[in-house]
Amino acid sequence: MDRLALDVAHLFAGGLVLVSFMLLYQDRMTGIVNIFALHALVVSFSVAWQAYIQHAPHLYITAAIALVVKAVVIPIALHRIIVQLGIHRTIETVVGIGLTMLGGIGLVALSIMVMLPITAEAGTLAREDLAFALSVVLLGLLMMISRRNAVSQVIGFMSIENGLILAATGAKGMPLVVEISVAFSILIALIVIGVFLFRIRERFDTVDIHALHEHRGGRP
Amino acid sequence: MVVAAWFLLADRPLADALLLPVGLPWLGAHFRLDALAAFFLLVVNLGGATASLYGLGYGRHEEAPARVLPFFPAFLAGMNLVVLADDAFTFLFTWEFMSLSSWALVMAHHRRPGNAAAGYLYLLMASLGTLALLLAFGLLAGPAGGYAFDAIRESTPSARVCGTVLALALIGAGSKAGLVPLHVWLPLAHPAAPSHVSALMSGVMTKVAVYGFVRIVFDLLGPPVWWWGALVLLLGGVTAVMGVLYALMEHDLKRLLAYHTVENIGIIFIGLGLALAFRSSDMQAAAALALTAALFHVFNHSAFKSLLFFGAGAVLTATGERDMEHLGGLIHRMPYTALAFLVGSAAISALPPFNGFVSEWLTFQAILLSPALPQWSLKFLVPAVGAMLALSAALAAACFVKAFGVTFLGRPRTQAARDATEADPRMLAAMFVFVALCLVAGILPGYFIDALSPVTQTLVGAHVPRQGDFDWLMIVPIAESRSSYNGLMLFAFIGLAAWSATYVIHRWASAAMRRSPPWDCGFPDPSPITQYSAGSFSQPIRRVFGSIVFRAREEVHIPPPGDLRAARLQVRLRDVPWDVLYLPAAALVGFAADHLNKVQFLTIRAYLTLVFGALVVLLMVLGIWQ
Amino acid sequence: MAVVFDALVQLGQMLVVLALAPLLTGYVRMVKARLLRRQGPPVVQPYRDLLRLLRKEAVLAQNASWVFRVAPYLVFATTWVAAALVPTFASGLVVSAAADMIAIVALLGSARFMLALAGLDVGTSFGGIGSSREMMIASLAEPAMLMVVFTLSLLAGSTQLSSIAAFMQGPGIGLRVSLALALVGLTMVAIAENARIPVDNPATHLELTMVHEAMILEYSGRHLALIEAASYLKLLLYLSVIACVFVPWGIAAAGQGFAATLIGLTLYAVKLAAGGFLLAVFETAIAKMRVFRVSDFLGAALMLGFLATLLLFVSRVA
Repeated sequence: MDRLALDVAHLFAGGLVLVSFMLLYQDRMTGIVNIFALHALVVSFSVAWQAYIQHAPHLYITAAIALVVKAVVIPIALHRIIVQLGIHRTIETVVGIGLTMLGGIGLVALSIMVMLPITAEAGTLAREDLAFALSVVLLGLLMMISRRNAVSQVIGFMSIENGLILAATGAKGMPLVVEISVAFSILIALIVIGVFLFRIRERFDTVDIHALHEHRGGRP
Repeated sequence: MVVAAWFLLADRPLADALLLPVGLPWLGAHFRLDALAAFFLLVVNLGGATASLYGLGYGRHEEAPARVLPFFPAFLAGMNLVVLADDAFTFLFTWEFMSLSSWALVMAHHRRPGNAAAGYLYLLMASLGTLALLLAFGLLAGPAGGYAFDAIRESTPSARVCGTVLALALIGAGSKAGLVPLHVWLPLAHPAAPSHVSALMSGVMTKVAVYGFVRIVFDLLGPPVWWWGALVLLLGGVTAVMGVLYALMEHDLKRLLAYHTVENIGIIFIGLGLALAFRSSDMQAAAALALTAALFHVFNHSAFKSLLFFGAGAVLTATGERDMEHLGGLIHRMPYTALAFLVGSAAISALPPFNGFVSEWLTFQAILLSPALPQWSLKFLVPAVGAMLALSAALAAACFVKAFGVTFLGRPRTQAARDATEADPRMLAAMFVFVALCLVAGILPGYFIDALSPVTQTLVGAHVPRQGDFDWLMIVPIAESRSSYNGLMLFAFIGLAAWSATYVIHRWASAAMRRSPPWDCGFPDPSPITQYSAGSFSQPIRRVFGSIVFRAREEVHIPPPGDLRAARLQVRLRDVPWDVLYLPAAALVGFAADHLNKVQFLTIRAYLTLVFGALVVLLMVLGIWQ
Repeated sequence: MAVVFDALVQLGQMLVVLALAPLLTGYVRMVKARLLRRQGPPVVQPYRDLLRLLRKEAVLAQNASWVFRVAPYLVFATTWVAAALVPTFASGLVVSAAADMIAIVALLGSARFMLALAGLDVGTSFGGIGSSREMMIASLAEPAMLMVVFTLSLLAGSTQLSSIAAFMQGPGIGLRVSLALALVGLTMVAIAENARIPVDNPATHLELTMVHEAMILEYSGRHLALIEAASYLKLLLYLSVIACVFVPWGIAAAGQGFAATLIGLTLYAVKLAAGGFLLAVFETAIAKMRVFRVSDFLGAALMLGFLATLLLFVSRVA
């Protein structure tokens, strides 16, 4: 039983890293949003499983929030934004998928190398989750810096948040209030970013953030 | 005839492996033959003997025999003596002797464009290498100055000294062997020499460099630290991939082969790095496996690389062309050379049942043992290097499909290729010696691995299980449940399957056959220029890897409609290590030289001032030092 | 006695793979046709094709050399041997110790090498484009395959397929994300190696999109029959490897006797049918990608292999 519990937790956490890679691999707008929904789904499953094996009912609420907000509401909202902005056919110009993924693998190796020795005395579950969570966070950052489109940057940002949730649930510590406030802050961030996206688009006729640089002050 | 006699003079002593340590002090120069030296001696003299045989036939086409003949035996003797040397002075002296005699051979055709530059670069790099080795031995000998290898073995230098010696050995032996980024001279100098000398330089001299590295790092230097292994592994992996990518972009047959030497040196250094890593963690058996793989690859590479250079030399004498884009269709004119070259290509591409596969398979088996290493960084690094090794093996196959396919298959692209004739029988004989060796080492590798066990026993204190003990001539690196390979059975099995397929088809299927013009989807073009060329063959790989590694840029100029000028496709490749490392260094040297040049045209008084100034500075240094 | 039985099993395996391979291809084609609401050719069509090709005369280009004529036999023989080395319905094969997973992959590499040379032999542009692209795809697929092998060997402590199958049936294995990653990676490699959609289209004869078909464009008659048979065998081989490693249940171990062998045979047929069905569904659902997108596809397979290894390190610490 215990072994199975570990294996399933491992499966979900590893799956989350995999979905982060799928986010890096995708270069279509709608595909990215769909995969982000999958990302959130895996996180909510993972959290629910932690709730089950740790007998921590409040984690179920976290899982439910993740499921409803991030796997359903946000993707639908993003789809709408994409359609309204008319970028649903856009193909994101990525730096080079192969290179990005290579960098991603390097980051995963790095986070495992960093996390495993320093958490030697923690429980196995926590160690694995921490290593994977750090990987997910780093991959999210990588996605944010390697993408040019504002929408995919938003998604990179939210996948970082998913990584944080994974870390928090693995460490058996995060109070429910914090989780709820994080979830709401993400939601608000989404709204703000959404509004911004429209504003950017109205003014510059594109959501490619490269275009913004030309309007930055203080530069020749 | 005289030519022939000179070539035969190439000394071939001790062509058998004497696996006994023999002490022999002689005029202050120490020579000793131990297991490691015996193995490399075998490699050297096998290459030397066949190259001499090949030279008998090749020499007839030599335009300047007087520039080749005196140096060829000297070169052979130099390589032999390096391997036998047992003190630092003799080692360095014979090493330099080997370098200079090979330099003379590179410069044999010094009037051909590019050869002088190649020789100059070679001389520079060889001096740099010798300098590094000189410093390495100086550090090893320490203040006491025990230059005999026995004395060096006894001494225990500090960790920092050991690290420095490793770096110097990597520079010294690595520059001779062609490790990236010290490889730049190799693809210029090796092809410039006459082909049998190219074969020796690529097939054998690089192995002497590997010997130098093994001797210094495994034998003379103390127990290794884990990061040595990581460093050597990484260099090996990068060298393997870069070497094969360079080779893919190359259309000159001999330079392509030279770049493949770089690749294979990388594979050998992967094995050596693994051996160091395992040895630092006291995993004797795994270290023995990795070292066996590396040394077996040394032997294999010397066999198939010599074979391939012989083949390239035969093509060169038959057509006068080294550029593959001017060849084609040679299989009809030179069937035996083509067969030999095909076997060599399959062997170097690590295809079973030939020998290249066995040593790379052993390297993979050693790589698969790496998770037992305690260091996390090695655990992650080794699989990555394994993927690099697989990539380089697969790219090598692509490259040799290109080399063989464009040179020997298809239709002749020039008149020279159309008029080619088969090579001299002695050249063919030399090639077929290696063809047989590639096949035998591929299907009966157990005997070769067993022959290596004394070497690994002395160097890492363990050896792989005795292969002669297993049934059916199987080779088993660790344990039978883990992995095994049986080249003979595979070979027999393939033969049987091919025979039965042939039998069934000839018994029951239609035997009718008709020759007709090629189909080519209905649009055959009679001009041989429209064939797939070497450049077009490597285009997909250039697209995939080249844009990063070589900063490859393609420019297409298509004239507007109605304009009858030809369209042009221009490909620009940049050699990044060359741009980053060598050009600044060359600029610096050039700058310094230009300024120092003025010193040559001074008055006597100015010279005296200079000498006086130098004297005063020296005295001041002395004063401050005390 | 046991050795004799194993030898018989080995012989049986060689004949079974040879007999089943065209059926598998025909079955995949039929499922694909049905999914497209077409009638499609009957399942046994590949057999008929082979027989027809064998009866036809072979047409050789005027400047074809012996490489062109020898290649089909060697390609067929090496592929057949490789397929015979994979445990399909019984693992106690006499010669299975002769080659591990790496050697099997390398054997297929030998076959590909010969075929690519044959593509260049006549000196036409289509042959060249086919060989060049095939070698590019192979050079990307091979590292990915090695990483999958690395993961499996890390788990099972062996690269021998029969040992891996035995380990997978044992109790030491749990739910592991690494295995899932390795499965996906191996499937991607198999798709690329077998020239299936989305990497290549086995049914195409549109010049600019073909890879494998372009390489063998000049072949006809019995030579073409051998090459077709080899490609059928290769598909069967990869499906068998996947089945042997990831769903090994039912493979008769050495010395289990006749009944176990029979059960193994039945289960093997079921596995092949399931695998072929999934392949057909996948191929129907996806579009072919550009040639230069293949590097990303196989790069992803390589990354999956790496990731599987890395995650395995984490879980092995546990």
